Amino acid sequence: MKTMMRGFEGIKPLSLALRACVLAAAVATVSIIFFIVGYIVVMGVPNITPEIFAWRYDSVNVSLVPALINTAIMTALSLLISAPLGIFAAVYMTEYARRGNRLVPLVRLAAETLAGIPSIVYGLFGMLCFVMTLGWGYSLLAGAFTMAVMILPVIMRTTEEALIAVPDSYREGSFGLGAGRLRTVFSIVLPPAVPGILAGIILCIGRVVGETAALIFTAGTVAKIPDSAFSSVRTLSVHMYSLSSEGLHVDQAYATAVVLLILVIVINMSSVALAKRITEGKCG
Amino acid sequence: MDKLIVDKLNLYYGANHALRDIGMAIPAREVTALIGPSGCGKSTFLRTLNRMNDLVEGCRIEGKVTLDGEDIYAEETDVSVLRKRVGMVFQKPTPFAMSVYDNIAFGPRTHGIRARVKLDAIIEKSLRDAAIWDEIKDRLNENALSLSGGQQQRMCIARALAVSPEVLLMDEPTSALDPISTSRIEDLVAELKKEYTIVIVTHNMQQAARISDRTAFFFLGEMIEYDATEKIFSLPDDKRTENYITGRFG
Ligand SMILES: Nc1ncnc2c1ncn2[C@@H]1O[C@H](COP(=O)(O)OP(=O)(O)O)[C@@H](O)[C@H]1O
Ligand SMILES: [Mg+2]
Repeated sequence: MKTMMRGFEGIKPLSLALRACVLAAAVATVSIIFFIVGYIVVMGVPNITPEIFAWRYDSVNVSLVPALINTAIMTALSLLISAPLGIFAAVYMTEYARRGNRLVPLVRLAAETLAGIPSIVYGLFGMLCFVMTLGWGYSLLAGAFTMAVMILPVIMRTTEEALIAVPDSYREGSFGLGAGRLRTVFSIVLPPAVPGILAGIILCIGRVVGETAALIFTAGTVAKIPDSAFSSVRTLSVHMYSLSSEGLHVDQAYATAVVLLILVIVINMSSVALAKRITEGKCG
Repeated sequence: MDKLIVDKLNLYYGANHALRDIGMAIPAREVTALIGPSGCGKSTFLRTLNRMNDLVEGCRIEGKVTLDGEDIYAEETDVSVLRKRVGMVFQKPTPFAMSVYDNIAFGPRTHGIRARVKLDAIIEKSLRDAAIWDEIKDRLNENALSLSGGQQQRMCIARALAVSPEVLLMDEPTSALDPISTSRIEDLVAELKKEYTIVIVTHNMQQAARISDRTAFFFLGEMIEYDATEKIFSLPDDKRTENYITGRFG
């Protein structure tokens, strides 16, 4: 008892309290994650049956394969639309716009605001704009455009930050050798920013894969692999939502959750590996 | 033969009048040192010689700078060609995040050289000229950021040499380096002046005395005195120059 007291004597009560808080937070976070993952695995894995991997969905097999494929298509399509736009917009704002440009802080503010808007608002906008006004109906295209609008500000902001983090000495060195702005941006400034840009894209993939509300309003819930860009599709998350809200296939919903979890882990790991390959490839 | 002639050069950063009525003739194949207390405009002056100040917003330049008799601020001047002819080495090494080979090939590639054989030859020659070939010839595929500071700086010199410039501007190239790397670069400068015109900023008086043929003393945006190095360091005309080189301020 006495030795223990002495052990604590040297430490101020405030720092002791802080240390306890930090420890408690860490333990809480880790246990919450373990609990969620564990719960999903325990509930889901026994329900992973061959039927849910049937090529076509019907109300008996409740297959998630079309939803899985739709998720991939939806994610790829929305990135295809928004990644070039967002990256080039960021390049313009950091590398081309003059310091005194009044548009840049305005765009930045708009992007920040947009990034914080709940996704349902994007869903509503997508429905009014793409589904109704443009007459695309509930469709892959309307969903992908809605997702693209939703992730555009995130891609733009993360790319901007990645570009700003590239030291000015790179730019000076390049200009000093007679390179123009275009060559400087694409050969010198962008490559070291790639990992940062990819991190933003991973974030966006997570957003699209996890999205439900905005997609139900724009892409609909048809559990089929699309025939065209104007077919209605349901992604994995929407599939899960449908299954659990209908209440008839809760077991399969858990199984879907396991697949979704694995999908997200695979995407994250492969993006990290890709970033590594790209940065190392630059030096080979 | 004067390589660069500067006449009535005034430079403003917004309202800050950073260079006042500078006039000087920089001879070819000699080392010209710029000395003076920090903030007196040495870097700014150096950067007017290859128009690096074009990139600074709110920077306004009056007066004339000629390279081999051609006005470098004339409208028809191609800045890319100018910077190829007047290369630059910065205070801190500025390696790009790529291999040593690609770092040095970047300049030649920018100016249209693509053939591998040609690039290989240029890279070997530039690294030899920068006295670093033997040290890193087996590390050409390594990331340039993995080199030591002194090696990075000599690699940057090689990178500047790779576009076969006529003039080399060096802005305190040894201020971030250890004494051994510093003396290597000083030897290198002595070697390079056989082929190149060199303008070097330094805050180290001994360095200026050791390596330069002519020295210009800058003070508060003005060029106070410009003469043969021995003259500046033995019998300066101006009291301020004398105070500075004897260490009474700055
Ligand atoms: N990019 C810039 N924008 C505005 N003012 C600058 C800039 N660079 C330098 N200055 C100013 O110009 C003056 C000279 O600076 P500089 O040429 O860097 O001096 P030195 O290289 O002799 O230390 C200083 O007053 C400095 O504050
Ligand atoms: Mg300086």
